[in-house]
Amino acid sequence: MTNRSSRPWYLAPYYIWILLFVIAPIALVVYFSFLDLAGDFTLENYANFFSSTYFRMTLSSFWYAFLITFISVLIAYPTAYWLTKTKHKQLWLLLIIIPSWINLLLKAYAFIGIFGLYGPANQLIQFFGAGPLQILFTDFSFVFVAVYIFIPFMVLPIFNSLDKINPALIDASRDLGASQWTTFRRVIFPLAINGVKSGVQAVFIPALSLFVITRLIAGNKVITLGTAIEQQFLVTQNWGMGSTIAVFLILFMIIIMLLTGPKEKGGALNGKAK
Amino acid sequence: MAKLSKPAKIYLAFVFFILYAPIFYLIFYSFNSGGTMSGFENFTLEHYAAVFNDTRLLIIVLNTVIVALLSALISTAIGVLGAIGIIFLRNRKMRNAVLSLNTVLIVSPDVIIGASFLILFTMVGVKLGFASVLVSHIAFSIPIVVIMVLPKLQEMSSSLIDAATDLGASQRDILTRVIIPYIKPGIFAGFFLALTYSLDDFAVTFFVTGNGFATLSVEIYSMARAGITLTINALSALIFVVTLGLVLGYYFFNQRSAANAGTGGPRP
Repeated sequence: MTNRSSRPWYLAPYYIWILLFVIAPIALVVYFSFLDLAGDFTLENYANFFSSTYFRMTLSSFWYAFLITFISVLIAYPTAYWLTKTKHKQLWLLLIIIPSWINLLLKAYAFIGIFGLYGPANQLIQFFGAGPLQILFTDFSFVFVAVYIFIPFMVLPIFNSLDKINPALIDASRDLGASQWTTFRRVIFPLAINGVKSGVQAVFIPALSLFVITRLIAGNKVITLGTAIEQQFLVTQNWGMGSTIAVFLILFMIIIMLLTGPKEKGGALNGKAK
Repeated sequence: MAKLSKPAKIYLAFVFFILYAPIFYLIFYSFNSGGTMSGFENFTLEHYAAVFNDTRLLIIVLNTVIVALLSALISTAIGVLGAIGIIFLRNRKMRNAVLSLNTVLIVSPDVIIGASFLILFTMVGVKLGFASVLVSHIAFSIPIVVIMVLPKLQEMSSSLIDAATDLGASQRDILTRVIIPYIKPGIFAGFFLALTYSLDDFAVTFFVTGNGFATLSVEIYSMARAGITLTINALSALIFVVTLGLVLGYYFFNQRSAANAGTGGPRP
């Protein structure tokens, strides 16, 4: 802080922003998590969180997030891998990303129609001779739509890290007699693991905190941590409990980010993971 | 490079189909006179007419655009100055601390941003509505602008500033004549991202908007919860075209400036 220009006037708005919209909100959430409905200090919210209802909800939220992330990796990895081998790969990648720029609500709304009782999904099922099924408002439809929404965010970082691999390494591995599968397992996969990690980071945390899809697609069948927070804040008006769940969501987020390592530059940022 | 095998092509085609089918399904039924998203009856433009005749909806669209433009402008100004400030921080620890504070709002889930801002506005006593929505959008766009501008600043040689100082430029001149022209592509990228983040946001707005004020995504949410109306389909077709235009326009603008200056902004 010795430089002449270390504290010029034009920094003020930025620091005010940090203070007001980064530090203060987190402090307020922590503060409110210790308040009961009447505004008195309490630890009851934390006791509640570890009670069976909330514990089960947290577990199921994690289970769904895990399922969504896992299926997204399964679908996105081959997609990214083969995309790197196409001729106009940047253009194809752009085409994968464009759907992620369409508002989440519109995509969820499309699935209300597709999975509806008379929608195309049920027409396909009836074509194969089964009766119309209730697809909407089930956990299947929730996982399907969530995976659909997250695929671009998974493809992008995996594509970037696969694309960075020096092809000479793959040639070398083949020349030394490794089979295609061994080359993939021992060379390509370890080199691109960072892409998978940032993909997991970009999908798992939003999957824990989604509430739009749960409300529109899953009815009240699936309650994620995000749904619970929204419920406490906007429906039940119990800000204390909502803040407690938010505190835990922040903790889980930090743990996941530590586990998946530093974010690759420009990984998830170029898409819109929110 | 080996050509793609047949299964690979089929797989990619399948993924593209899944990604685009729902969007085109929505757009297709926006022309349905039947009123539902199953069983196409006749071609009609009545749902588009409904969008353009709905004054309330048009006002909401206008609100959304105003919030997006204002928040993108203000957050770009604050973010650019912030990024320049971060670059000039000589203390490494301090710089890292500011950088991690900067990423907090990028990685935080929307629900948490929304809920904590709701508490903040209520505590401070800001009435929920246009002001709270605008301020929230500015707040969550600032870090994105900083992230887009920083790489450009890092790549700028410090001798440029030394040269300007030696030649007698004031701090203000250095900022407006040297630094800002150099980082222009980053500024545009940040502005564009801030714009799209604001247009796209639902969750944060949903928390901090009161009863009297709505943006397009909040309105679509309440319409979609009420059930299927093909007005939403017509609206989404229009939004799709606008989004596509913005993204492609930005992409080609970027490609061109990358080709001209040899420096690219972010890859989409």
